[in-house]
Amino acid sequence: MKQIFKICAVLTSICAICAFLLALTHNAAIGKIEENQKKAIQESINKLAPKTTRQEKIKVNNTLLWKLYKDNALIGYAAIASGQGYGGEIEIMTVTGPKLEKIKGIEIIKSNETPGLGSKISQKPFKAQFENLDVTTPITYSKTEPKKPGQIQTITGATISSKSVVEILNKKIKALRVNIQ
Amino acid sequence: MKKKELLKGLWSQHPIYRQLLGMCPTLAVTTTAINGIAMGLAVIFVLFFSEFVVASIKRIVPHQVRIAVYTVIIATFVTIVDIFLKAQFPQISKNLGPYVPLIIVNCIILGRCEAFASKNKLSNSLLDALGMGVGFCWGLFVLGSIRELLGAGEILGQRLLPLNFDPLVVMILPAGAFLVLGFLVALMNQVERWKI
Repeated sequence: MKQIFKICAVLTSICAICAFLLALTHNAAIGKIEENQKKAIQESINKLAPKTTRQEKIKVNNTLLWKLYKDNALIGYAAIASGQGYGGEIEIMTVTGPKLEKIKGIEIIKSNETPGLGSKISQKPFKAQFENLDVTTPITYSKTEPKKPGQIQTITGATISSKSVVEILNKKIKALRVNIQ
Repeated sequence: MKKKELLKGLWSQHPIYRQLLGMCPTLAVTTTAINGIAMGLAVIFVLFFSEFVVASIKRIVPHQVRIAVYTVIIATFVTIVDIFLKAQFPQISKNLGPYVPLIIVNCIILGRCEAFASKNKLSNSLLDALGMGVGFCWGLFVLGSIRELLGAGEILGQRLLPLNFDPLVVMILPAGAFLVLGFLVALMNQVERWKI
């Protein structure tokens, strides 16, 4: 009986100390982490639309949307598209033209794709395919060199990850069309 | 303090190639050399502090619940590393993704706490942690380098093989991890045999 109390006491005190340590670390770091996330979003907008002089952050149907202006002329929209990839959620920052006729570029903000394969969606050769991509019709993909406008080539060995990016973007652009009206 | 506690983890009882411990992170993160190093450094930190705490409190932990206690201690340090990376090095944290939280289930850490730190002096436990941690780190670096070289033609992002070399994609895939690991373990065994 005495043994049981000793076990309980040791377990409880160790868990309490650990929880205290974690709370301390969390409190010390949470501000910095949120700041990093905001910074990452802002940096990706700046990178994709460097000409922007003024931004307006609005909320439509519970989704965030940035209106990008250059000298009071609307030059495009920025939005975060998210959805299921091969290894978890993928979040993509997308900047489009003012009439949603094309994508100016994408940046992968968050992904858990297979390192060395699916993770290549965040690398330049893949991302560059989306620069100035025509999106008047949904984006399509092919395993070989793209032949039509609005088509991209999937990454060898990571077809599902590439496909997910295309599907996430198509869904988001469709939603944006409704939202900006 | 004994020097052999430090040295054994580097070669004769190498955690990956001689004890075959911690196979899951070994096979999963070594797609590139840099991922291997980052994972190795995180493991050195967690291993060092976990062995430190376990060796310090070994007298007050009841035998029946020692594994639960060790797991809580390890999980605490892993979570601290995870939060620290997210706050200070968001880029590295993004690259390693889910593998940092998975250090909790790395059996090298629980294994060394249970097999060594809970039975030995604090000073020897710290040497053991350093030796095993550094051994694990170089093991991951070698495995990651070979896979990156054959699978992408690069090491640490530097192109080493001629551009017309067609990368062996299988080396980046899990099958490549098993292949390279198998050859390296065989090589280590052969080297030990030559010594005798």
